[in-house]
Amino acid sequence: MPDTDIQGSAYNYAYLDEQTKRMIRRAILKAVAVPGYQVPFGGREMPLPYGWGTGGIQVTAAIIGRDDTLKVIDQGADDTTNAVSIRRFFARVADVATTTRTEEATIIQTRHRVPETPLRDGQILVFQVPIPEPLRMLEPRETETRTLHALSEYGVMQVSLYESIARHGRIAKTYNYPVMVNGRYIMSPSPIPKFDNPKLDRSPALQLYGAGREKRIYAVPPHTPVKSLDFDDHPFEIETWTESCALCGSKESFLDEMIVDDAGKRLFVCSDTDYCESRR
Amino acid sequence: MYVAVKGGETAIAHSLELLADKRRGDREVAELSLEQIDQQLGLAVDRVMTEGSCYDRGLASLAIKQARGDLIEAIFLLRAYRTTLPRFGASEPLDTTHMVAERRISSTFKDVPGGQVLGPTYDYTHRLLDFALAASGERPSAATAPAEPTDRLPRVGDILQRDGLLEPPPARTAAEAQDLTRQPLVLPADRPLRLQNLARGDEGFLLALGYSTQRGYGNNHPFVGEIRYGHVPVSFVPEELGFAIEIGEIEVTECDMVNQFAGSHDVPPQFTRGYGLAFGHAERKAMAMALVDRALRAGELGEAANSPAQDEEFVLAHSDNVEGSGFVQHLKLPHYVDFQSELVVVRALRAEAEKRREQTVLSQAAE
Amino acid sequence: MTTNLLAPGLADPPHDAQRLFRGVLEAFSHPGRIIELRDPPAGPGTLSPAAVAFLLTLADRETPLWLDAGLDKPDVRDFLRFHAGAPLVPARGAATFAVILSSSGDPFAGFAIGTDTYPDRAATLVIEVPSLEGGPACTWRGPGIDGEARVAIEGLGADFWPAWAANHALFPCGVDLVFAAGSRLVALPRSVAVEA
Repeated sequence: MPDTDIQGSAYNYAYLDEQTKRMIRRAILKAVAVPGYQVPFGGREMPLPYGWGTGGIQVTAAIIGRDDTLKVIDQGADDTTNAVSIRRFFARVADVATTTRTEEATIIQTRHRVPETPLRDGQILVFQVPIPEPLRMLEPRETETRTLHALSEYGVMQVSLYESIARHGRIAKTYNYPVMVNGRYIMSPSPIPKFDNPKLDRSPALQLYGAGREKRIYAVPPHTPVKSLDFDDHPFEIETWTESCALCGSKESFLDEMIVDDAGKRLFVCSDTDYCESRR
Repeated sequence: MYVAVKGGETAIAHSLELLADKRRGDREVAELSLEQIDQQLGLAVDRVMTEGSCYDRGLASLAIKQARGDLIEAIFLLRAYRTTLPRFGASEPLDTTHMVAERRISSTFKDVPGGQVLGPTYDYTHRLLDFALAASGERPSAATAPAEPTDRLPRVGDILQRDGLLEPPPARTAAEAQDLTRQPLVLPADRPLRLQNLARGDEGFLLALGYSTQRGYGNNHPFVGEIRYGHVPVSFVPEELGFAIEIGEIEVTECDMVNQFAGSHDVPPQFTRGYGLAFGHAERKAMAMALVDRALRAGELGEAANSPAQDEEFVLAHSDNVEGSGFVQHLKLPHYVDFQSELVVVRALRAEAEKRREQTVLSQAAE
Repeated sequence: MTTNLLAPGLADPPHDAQRLFRGVLEAFSHPGRIIELRDPPAGPGTLSPAAVAFLLTLADRETPLWLDAGLDKPDVRDFLRFHAGAPLVPARGAATFAVILSSSGDPFAGFAIGTDTYPDRAATLVIEVPSLEGGPACTWRGPGIDGEARVAIEGLGADFWPAWAANHALFPCGVDLVFAAGSRLVALPRSVAVEA
């Protein structure tokens, strides 16, 4: 199948038509104005499947311009197939420079990780979100969860975390760990490991979250308090490894575990490929 | 190494080539033309147009060819193209009494004005594989009665309604219906929005739900008031003209389901309706849609709503096969970061459990 | 006014709108930060280029627009109708966007503030001011601000900040503001508390 060049064809810059971009841009501004609140938006059908980053792609398409430098990561890595596919999409439809270097990027679209390299003022981190509703697995009904958010009625979440402690002696939730944004809204940070949650707190970068299938956009402005939920006697804690990265020796970064032989021998390497390469 | 997901650019390029190769299949076999798909796999085209929300036989045929006959993939392709098209406005509502019907049946009356027209249907075929089709060879054309396009074909429902036995259809409102492809679904939804969702909904999903209502999960005693299939004119009011002009015609299947209703304090017993409409010839879809539409009216009609088909949020949130297909299949994407987080915790929990067990054993030994 | 020629809109809509939107987004992300928009369209003259840029970037036929009486001139109407397609509405409550003169009394009354379940259904008001600097200094605190920001917008009435305090108290409901002067703007989302 020839790779159809959609530049110069009937498609608009950055794929979305201008009216759609305006609609998404309006939703983004409201999301920034009410941090952590999920703004419904008229999500479009994208040429990539739902669940594969259509929300993040729409957010990126609505903000990206020719002056931007885009980085796309999946599981922290620039070279995973879905990251490659999304980066290729924007290189094609938005004529944009791409990079794997976190420092060079103006927009970073991510699935499941926050880069290890601290972000700076002016950078925008775009998260792909599968289930934007942090209460969804406790209450499947949108009509119910919307009311719970309206009333700040978050007892159901506290109970769920407490039950986890009662059963396991600790909060056993490991990724998509719920956070409280600016003391008002409980928010899903997307399925990042809880290891990354502290990076969301008072980050100088703007965080935008896009859920395409569920048609929601939300945001955390720079310098905004993001608190991982916990209890006084069970404070929030992140994952730690006794091992260090086999490639760069890092003891601080999130490690991927690989099984390297049939005997089950393990090797640990940084999940953030750019961070790891810059240290070697 | 976990290289399968780190193939990068080259792997994707190779994958696309392999896919195109698979699509074409054996080069010794003649390539399918879009005309062949349109003419000989017409019901597949109808389904792709219906659930793709785009009436274009050529594009739907192309999508089916590109998707190698995977109709959900074809629906996805068509929708992703449709969403880039400019919107000129909304047509006038279809008036199916102006249908030139190829098929029209009612199961509520032995005969009805306009007559029962069996038309082309699989209903009375014996499902015996026709091995004659395995060989090529032309068939003679079937005899058809001349169409009478000037005849108005009254709906069976309208006749019942005149006697007050059937509820009237909802009044037409001035407000333009919300467009689900441009606006997020907001719940609770009104009936036009629900019908829009169901029309785009997966045929299999609606079939299962409709079936469940017949098996007692929200039964509403349905009768097929009428099913009609044929051509209807489409009219549009261009802003510069200010009056409706006919811009073409489309093929649709319409199902008016008549359902029992016990009546309430304020309303004497009368029949109620469930409605289904699909592009092309798609009776299974239209009927299933009508059953589910009626089931979703439980609240409005003061019925208990305890069954899945009556649960608006459940039905509307899960009817879309492009959404469902994407989300189910996204599990193929790497999740090893999340899995690693789980591994860390599960190992810690197991270590703690092991420690507790050892302590118990030790203290028991000490006693 | 007898001008038949409409002032030009965005010369290169996808790229101009993108660039201007990023300016607006930076403003919303950093309340109090003065954002100089790059090459905003001049507009019909009555409105500041920053206000014009905001509207041409974000308003369209899906967003009813309310204009302050002092701005509701034929050239402004024609310009916005032609380039944005936004329906102009007389009722404040129906507006998604509004342009207001800083001298207007009761600046927020009657605009949509959203609901507890849908706080996003609130209006965004563009307030035309003489300058974004040199006025009485206030302290802004809230999301997007590292600690606090000192902001000295000029030309706001005495009742403006008390009215803002009432709006902020509605959070998560409430209107959001954009102050426009020349080709510069400052955003004030409802989440920000202002100490006059």
